[in-house]
Amino acid sequence: MRRVVVTGLGLVTPVGADVETAWSNIKAARSGAGTITRFDATDFQMNYACEVKPADHAWGFDPGKRVDHKVQRQVDPFIIYGIDAAGQAIEDAGLTDMTEEERYRAGCSIGAGIGGLPGIESESLVLAEKGPKRVSPHFVHGRLINLISGQVSIKYGLMGPNHAVVTACSTGAHSIGDAARMIAMDDADVMLAGGAEGAICPIGIAGFAQARALSTGFREAPERGSRPYDKDRDGFVMGEGAGVVVLEEYERAKKRGAKIYAEVIGYGLSGDAYHVTAPHPEGSGAFRSMEMAVRKSGLALSDIDYINAHGTSTPLGDELELNAVRRLFGSNIDTLSMSSTKSAIGHLLGGAGAVESIFCILALRDQIAPPTLNLDNPSENCVGVDLVPHKAKERKIRAVLNNSFGFGGTNASLVMKAV
Amino acid sequence: MSETADRVKKIVVEHLGVEAEKVTEDASFIDDLGADSLDIVELVMAFEEEFEVEIPDDAAEKITTVKDAITFIDEHKG
Repeated sequence: MRRVVVTGLGLVTPVGADVETAWSNIKAARSGAGTITRFDATDFQMNYACEVKPADHAWGFDPGKRVDHKVQRQVDPFIIYGIDAAGQAIEDAGLTDMTEEERYRAGCSIGAGIGGLPGIESESLVLAEKGPKRVSPHFVHGRLINLISGQVSIKYGLMGPNHAVVTACSTGAHSIGDAARMIAMDDADVMLAGGAEGAICPIGIAGFAQARALSTGFREAPERGSRPYDKDRDGFVMGEGAGVVVLEEYERAKKRGAKIYAEVIGYGLSGDAYHVTAPHPEGSGAFRSMEMAVRKSGLALSDIDYINAHGTSTPLGDELELNAVRRLFGSNIDTLSMSSTKSAIGHLLGGAGAVESIFCILALRDQIAPPTLNLDNPSENCVGVDLVPHKAKERKIRAVLNNSFGFGGTNASLVMKAV
Repeated sequence: MSETADRVKKIVVEHLGVEAEKVTEDASFIDDLGADSLDIVELVMAFEEEFEVEIPDDAAEKITTVKDAITFIDEHKG
């Protein structure tokens, strides 16, 4: 099988709309949480989230930088975030001027968990209030999940595989894993892979709150709401944004002298077959997903120095994941570090696995484990593990593992290491 | 320039993201302003809202330039 490496990165997050800004804020333990500004959420179950900041903010996002004015008007935020992150990644990789031959072998696998919820909500109201002839002609293709891949392929002329994963909060990790396999299996030489989400809208917040998934107790201090492994955690804080990587066949990347961030060496997938929202009580799916990824990587468990956990800050999920990690890693858990960057950026749902894989890659590059914010009092079951509380930690990092688990009982894990 | 023309041009600039100078009366939405057929559907909807006129599909199909839109609106608005 052909080897697959990462040669470009792109991020749009609540703590920065480019890779270096986001990463420096992550390392400095800054939070992207705040009171919701997109709509008046005063009367909602909770009124805070991790929003991507406006262009005039120091960490802000300027949609006009890489997305045409007309496209901006027609599509939902998740597509705008995805196009920009993909643009950053392809620019970073130096692949914006590929030949036609090369572009036949370059594709996209950028998904989302939910897709265009804000637009579905607002156009439904137009339909109810003004009738069918007032619904936008761009309604459908401005909301569809595969339209990040569609838009990006048109913008950069990428004519290889055009794919979009939809596996809830595992989307970003599955996207990278599936795209890496397409390269390994010789379906493509270059893939833009990742995930995006932009579902901070009234129906999105209300829906997740009614599913009892969201943190509700931190109206007075939103930046303290996302607190994985802490005793007072009470649900996840909704985030938004996108993460996209350029995956490239190793020999091709080496030949053109590309900057190589990491190699994707292991990918694991599993299903819980248990419940639509609750994780398996023994963390069986999480365990098998991680076990497969490590086994495929050919590494020993002792080679994994950093785990970017799924760790959403829900009462049930965090401990079950940690138990699964304990069961798989045994005594190796004593020497690894594991943190949840969702403590800073919230839960990016379909974007989470891709954004967090990028944080894993940067942890490898800089030999720094990013922190878990707000971990003031670890739950009883969360002691004896280095969860990198409060402050980033310089340490040796040879290989990294990223976990992503989603509604429906879908699990994905990725293992990467430096080349 | 008529008031209708001003308002039409403003809508075109906003929807198509083109520079105002390019929106001359002779400009073709598709050939000169980069619109596709769905953009025209959206523009027609915006004209209907702005001017409170109804533009039936067969009339909309004949609106290909900025001037066509202005003429139709001036003839039909209340």
